[in-house]
Amino acid sequence: MSNRPAVLTGTHYITGDEACAEGALAAGCRFFGAYPITPATEIAERMSIRLPEVGGTFIQMEDEIAAMASILGAAWSGQKTMTATSGPGFSLMMENIGLGVVTETPCVVVNVQRGGPSTGLPTMTAQADMMQARWGSHGDYEIIALAPSSAQEIFYLTITAFDLSEIYRTPVFIMTDEVIGHMSEKVVIPEASVIKPKSRPKPKGRKDRFLLYKPDKNGVAPMPAAGDGYHVHVTGLTHDEKGYPVMAVEAQEQMMQRLMHKIMDNREDIILTESHNLDDAEIVLISYGISARTSQAAMVQARAQGKKVGLLRLITVWPFCEEKIRELAERVRGFITVEINLGQVHLEVQRCAGDRAACHLVGHAGGTVITPEQVLAKIEEIIR
Amino acid sequence: MNTTHSIAVEKQTPEADQHPLDDLIRTDRIPHIWCPGCGIGTAFAACLRGMQASGIDLEKTCMVSGIGCSGRAAGYINLDSFHTTHGRAIPFATGLKLGNPELNVVVFSGDGDLFAIGGNHFIHAARRNMDLTVICLNNLNYGMTGGQVAATTPHQAKTTTTQHGNPESPFNLPLLAFASGATYVARWTILHTREMTKSFEKALQKPGFSFIEVLGPCPINYGRRNREKSMDTLRLYQERTIIANHPDITDLDIDFKKRVTLGEFVDKERPTCIENYDRTCRLL
Repeated sequence: MSNRPAVLTGTHYITGDEACAEGALAAGCRFFGAYPITPATEIAERMSIRLPEVGGTFIQMEDEIAAMASILGAAWSGQKTMTATSGPGFSLMMENIGLGVVTETPCVVVNVQRGGPSTGLPTMTAQADMMQARWGSHGDYEIIALAPSSAQEIFYLTITAFDLSEIYRTPVFIMTDEVIGHMSEKVVIPEASVIKPKSRPKPKGRKDRFLLYKPDKNGVAPMPAAGDGYHVHVTGLTHDEKGYPVMAVEAQEQMMQRLMHKIMDNREDIILTESHNLDDAEIVLISYGISARTSQAAMVQARAQGKKVGLLRLITVWPFCEEKIRELAERVRGFITVEINLGQVHLEVQRCAGDRAACHLVGHAGGTVITPEQVLAKIEEIIR
Repeated sequence: MNTTHSIAVEKQTPEADQHPLDDLIRTDRIPHIWCPGCGIGTAFAACLRGMQASGIDLEKTCMVSGIGCSGRAAGYINLDSFHTTHGRAIPFATGLKLGNPELNVVVFSGDGDLFAIGGNHFIHAARRNMDLTVICLNNLNYGMTGGQVAATTPHQAKTTTTQHGNPESPFNLPLLAFASGATYVARWTILHTREMTKSFEKALQKPGFSFIEVLGPCPINYGRRNREKSMDTLRLYQERTIIANHPDITDLDIDFKKRVTLGEFVDKERPTCIENYDRTCRLL
């Protein structure tokens, strides 16, 4: 067998996990820090074969804490880096995800969600880590989380995740689930020339005057790699523009405000949604990932029955599409959030809709997908 | 005569302000946080001297630390430096090295960081012979948090969380490193600056996983509760240590009531993690 190229142009019948690995390689990922966990293991397995083929490095670390730490270290060596896990591993990664946020280290973390809490339902699906993605590490922060709905989409969204992490110098989550991860589907990978991955801006000017955290116009600072001669100091302590620790209220405020603003001020660029039949909708389904697919089937059936149902599919879940929900809340009768948990994104919809539109949830504790019939039943209950 | 003298003084002044390690230190971050009598600064300076003497490309050299008093070392070295999370310096350093094998990666951290919360990473990095130089400043307790028992605290020693004495037994760190697969293992005290510096120099030049344990006093938090002033600890380092060639590695426990063995304990060759990966996983 010979070395295959990084972009595996052609039509494939592969799982979401495998498509995720191929997306990462196409984006330029050349380091993967792994730890096996169902249902994310296939991403690691694929990367272990494919990375050495393209000059990259795969390592299976001793736990998920180490896997997360290793991708931060490798990111500072100049590489695009990724790890993949599921709920229990995601919990273990949280402290170093915070380090990635505060040191502004680009990397991609995939969570192929399964039923929780604890060991939960290792082989069965869920979408119950969405709030953990938003708030799981301690302290305030803004994060980017994407939710693909198919194997084809996970290929492209993995590239988007790398682009966003490089542009905004932050860890980016791909919040997929067991069904998307394990389901085999047709995936078309385009010619390499079509894919134009973005890379972190490199510093210019005098090295001795370089400030590691002095932002450019978009709120993000250029990033050198270790060995480039900038003598960077990178710390998880609250720091100034030089990267030096400063234990002061003002320094904390300044650093935190910039970290929040670099995401929130660019949210128009970051937030991706897909609208179906929203123009005349009375009921709007809000969903993401695998649940958005069953919601779409419910919407089509409801429309066939003459019910004015639309679908807002969240491709970016965090930051949340607040403006969109507020705008819809002014003109629709109600929202139905469809997600495989007991109400997580539902809480955000409620927060943004306020008392202007009724907010309903179709969700359960996990283990299987939500059927179109369950969504239809809720639609009928509301419209009746 | 007077004129000559005054010129000489003027010439000397800038040089007198200059320390031989200034280029390697973030002088704008001095004064450092380490207490009077603390041993970390001595080990840190010896590390920098070892770097200078080793001839390695310092522009391609990084220091990674975890959390704790020794973990602050990365904040004072004027090279690419990373102050990471508690216990995770080694896996972070592993990523740095694998991402760019041209880098020389030094991990400088404390005993609590490397061997309690980070113990798992230490044994695995040694097992895979990751090309890192790991320096552990062992002050027998958690200094930063005020002197709690550590995985290195001697049996019966008093700390804030073992006020009647430590009921547990400490690690023999060189034995742990040896058993895990380290290719270079040494132990010194901060009193043995020449030997320690030479060890650092050697470890930096040597491929593979190198580990150097350095005993240093913590008079404020450990010494105070165990009737040991800083000078007392240094006296123990002088009077109760022996430097041994090829000692029994299972017999390297730290017990200053008897004697503590110093020296180079392991110096062997084994393919590094990267060499093995390239040979095994990459198709030619």
